[in-house]
Amino acid sequence: MNTESLGSIFLNAALVNNFVLAYFLGICPFLGVSGKMETATKMGGAVMFVMLISSMSAYGIHAFLVSIDAPFLQLISYIVVIASTVQLVEMFIKKISPALFKSLGIFLPLITTNCAILGVALFQTSKGYGFLESVVYSLGAGAGFMLALVLIAGIREQMNFADVPNISKGTALTLFIAGILSLCFMGFAGLGA
Amino acid sequence: MSIVIAVAALGGLTLLLAIMLIVANKKLFVYEDPRIDKVEDMLPHANCGACGFPGCRPFAEALVQGRALPGKCTVSTDEGRQAIANFLGVDMGAEEKKVARLACAGGTNVAINRAQYVGVQSCQAAALVSGGGKGCFWGCLGHGDCEVVCDFDAITMNEHGLPIVDQDKCTACGDCVEACPKDLFSLQPISHHLWVACKNLEHGEAVLEDCQVGCTACGKCAMDAPDDLITIKNNLPVVNYAKNHNTQVPIQRCPTGAIVWFNDDGEPIKGKESKKIIRKGSRSLGNT
Repeated sequence: MNTESLGSIFLNAALVNNFVLAYFLGICPFLGVSGKMETATKMGGAVMFVMLISSMSAYGIHAFLVSIDAPFLQLISYIVVIASTVQLVEMFIKKISPALFKSLGIFLPLITTNCAILGVALFQTSKGYGFLESVVYSLGAGAGFMLALVLIAGIREQMNFADVPNISKGTALTLFIAGILSLCFMGFAGLGA
Repeated sequence: MSIVIAVAALGGLTLLLAIMLIVANKKLFVYEDPRIDKVEDMLPHANCGACGFPGCRPFAEALVQGRALPGKCTVSTDEGRQAIANFLGVDMGAEEKKVARLACAGGTNVAINRAQYVGVQSCQAAALVSGGGKGCFWGCLGHGDCEVVCDFDAITMNEHGLPIVDQDKCTACGDCVEACPKDLFSLQPISHHLWVACKNLEHGEAVLEDCQVGCTACGKCAMDAPDDLITIKNNLPVVNYAKNHNTQVPIQRCPTGAIVWFNDDGEPIKGKESKKIIRKGSRSLGNT
């Protein structure tokens, strides 16, 4: 069992081992929906929600699979749960906010294949977290994802007004920013476990 | 034994999730106008964006909501647009056809190169190397990025390395406008017959050294044109299309043929006094 405090688990997932900027998971929406601050915040919220649900389900499923002595089903069950959670979120967003549904576009169904979410489920299992720890871990990971998305969206919005050389406009500039951000987050290494 | 457990466990799990999704689908069902799907099927699926919407689906939504008229789609045929108009019971809406026009006439037979570019055969790449090899800094580089990017085969490079636009095939989607590193293409209503096919900002001999068909900013077209139709700005004639521009007078005395008249078939006609170009091959490398 794990002896970390809940606070350190949260900080660890959000900052030190930030899923996007230190583990490089979930890069696809990180580059894709970070053009506007508003969309980025809501995408972060959606991912956080899916992470929380799938992490709680993953805890239950893991316990269940261990009890029937079939832990080899772990990966496939996680994926099934994540896929259906995303479907649910998609329907929910389409119902309550068609505008948000449009602006998230293809990236909403793509949360299904977002490796950060499967990553959370797999890491918490391998680290042997209990239920409360799993919830805190997934919240931290979601907060970290949102933080990364909001950071890069803010910078990209400012960069729209900057006079950058032609050759580095668009995707190239985004990748520069992503690289520098990642370097900054490497500075947190050593803060936690 | 373990395979039975695996099948049962996974089957149970998926059944549970399926029930959850079915219930959610019923509760959170969003009604969408079925006409949107039908109209989308009737559109050409080119997703070119010429209508001003991000693709055919958003355009179909706008059509159903009455925010746009079928005439905006320049890719579809007249029958296709009429079919959509009939289906929705709206006016077809006439949109004047636009075409892409190139503001350069400097093919290899009239314009010199100051350097020979041998790198990647693309205008974007050539333009990065101090603006390309062309003598005229503003002119067409002739590597055919526009020909490649055109989805409708409307642009072909002629034997002198200049893109020729087929007016009938051009849908004014604007892809070539974005592709050209020299910003030579623009979308013009087809009734804009008068056209300045040059972007050189220099004047007089400096232009002629680089290109025989460049605009020397002599100002004859501006003097001849009625009602201040043409003014010279930055050593280039600017046509004020808001005025009555249906006159061939301005092109007649142009010494180089930089200002042309596009006839209904989309062929440029030069004035009577413009110098005849008889050279067929390319001009040698200049020593500027």
